[in-house]
Amino acid sequence: MLDQSQLDLPFLPFLLATIIKMIAMFTLYMVSVAYTTYAERKISAWIQDRHGPNRVGPFGLFQVLADGVKNFMKEESMPGGVNKPLFIIAPALAFIPALTAWAVIPFAAPLPTPWGRVDMVVADMPIGFLFTLAVTSLGVYGIVLAGWASNNKYALLGGLRASAQMVSYEISMGMATVCVLLVAGNVSLTKIIDQQVFMGWNVLVLSVASFIFLVAAFAETNRVPFDLPEAESELIAGYHAEYSAMKFSMFPISEYANMITASGLFVTLFLGGWDIPLTSWDNFGPFTVGKFTATFAMFVAKVIFLVFFYIWIRWTLPRFRYDQLMSLGWKVMLPTALAYVVIVASAMLGLDMAGLARGKLFGLAMFGLNIVLLIVLFFILDRGRLVSPAASRLDRARLQHLRSQAPSRATLNPKEIR
Amino acid sequence: MAINVKIMDRPIREVSYVRATLSGLALTLKHMVDPHKVTLQYPEEKWDISPRWRGTHRMLTTEDGQAKCVACGLCPTVCPANCIKLVPGEDEAGNRYPLVFEIDEFRCIFCGYCQEVCPEEAIHMGRHYENAEFNRERFVYDLERLTAQTHPVSELWDPADPRGE
Repeated sequence: MLDQSQLDLPFLPFLLATIIKMIAMFTLYMVSVAYTTYAERKISAWIQDRHGPNRVGPFGLFQVLADGVKNFMKEESMPGGVNKPLFIIAPALAFIPALTAWAVIPFAAPLPTPWGRVDMVVADMPIGFLFTLAVTSLGVYGIVLAGWASNNKYALLGGLRASAQMVSYEISMGMATVCVLLVAGNVSLTKIIDQQVFMGWNVLVLSVASFIFLVAAFAETNRVPFDLPEAESELIAGYHAEYSAMKFSMFPISEYANMITASGLFVTLFLGGWDIPLTSWDNFGPFTVGKFTATFAMFVAKVIFLVFFYIWIRWTLPRFRYDQLMSLGWKVMLPTALAYVVIVASAMLGLDMAGLARGKLFGLAMFGLNIVLLIVLFFILDRGRLVSPAASRLDRARLQHLRSQAPSRATLNPKEIR
Repeated sequence: MAINVKIMDRPIREVSYVRATLSGLALTLKHMVDPHKVTLQYPEEKWDISPRWRGTHRMLTTEDGQAKCVACGLCPTVCPANCIKLVPGEDEAGNRYPLVFEIDEFRCIFCGYCQEVCPEEAIHMGRHYENAEFNRERFVYDLERLTAQTHPVSELWDPADPRGE
């Protein structure tokens, strides 16, 4: 099934436009991935009161090229006992899903051409979001296979951690997006953007879902504070411990690619995609080149902000302990997401029954509900010790007793532990 | 659970992840926008090294360009790393001079005893630290090389002025 706007375009121009979009997006994407590594190094340096790379080219901008050349020139070692086919294909498997998922993300307002309107999305799939959900789940294969094929205990542990973590957080991520699909009434990302134009951005309409999605996206991309698969202090480098040269380089590349894709998804689902806030001139036809440029710039700005947020978080927070990671995923995020789905569904049903049309007022009502829910959520989160502290393994009554004695004795006898 | 885990009833402001995260983000952002950086741009900028910095050696010379060394043999004797090779010679007038004077800078521990013990103030430690070479043989400094060094020499510790003021 093709979208109406695509039918406007005859087959040959459609093919040509798609190929041009593919090449342009691929180039842009790869350059962005490369420069995200540069941004990470620069921002981490600034946060740590350093300068960062500043020797190769102006402001060190060619550092990325130098790194690329270095990685290609390096010796590739093949450790003994590796599963060769998997060992070689794993880096590619880690990278391809991130790139593929980008295909369905709309990145600008449609561009008018002499042959008709060209939608600024590489593949405007009607199943949109389900496709990204399916494809991004495949990303774990690269990491797990890399860990498995390496014939290294630490690498295997990293791969195992990655699989457990990604499976756990994918559920909360999916649940968070169920709310988006409920509100939009559609799974096409283009339609989701349209809904946000009419109702207000989902980050306001579905604040809790956006929070859950953001946290889950961090876990999905294996970024700090969820970078347990490559926890260098515990597992050397985790799943890529045995890789070298360009094969190793593919893993950081895929990490940054995943980061950009996750940012793009978050922007599309919760930050209105290419919609320019507080105005509506950009959302409706007739579309012009100017509108295309403005909306594309807006989209890029939003993605850059989110990528910056990723990096900012990385250089701020320490890594979770593994049991904390699991209890956060299963005991906090999943129940919250499930409860939120129920709340959103009931609220929508209630608002529909109250006769409120889907529009700005509807969004406002949802926003009010979300403010209340956010206050409740953060009040609970603020109590601390949700994420499996040492005290969680004690009887509540016993803990109370111990705490009452805290001034006199601050330590615990092993016999007192359940 | 490990033995002797402390279970203390801390106030909420100390156990809250939310507040800790937010204050952490604020802190890192503050450092990010702070233009003051601690990095020293090394090849362009360098630290001011101490006047008593003990780096690679230098042999001082008299006005006519001859090494001040009289080949008394005190520095190879005092050298704890045994890195100084000295073969004394004597001219017609009975003046001693070093036929061979080599310092293996790889063996040297830069203690500065040679400078302290030298009666003629000939051998000195230098205030210098950029010694990279392409092969190991280049690190054995002979007399010619030692006299050709131009970097400033280090000062000895003065008991009357222990802080070097």
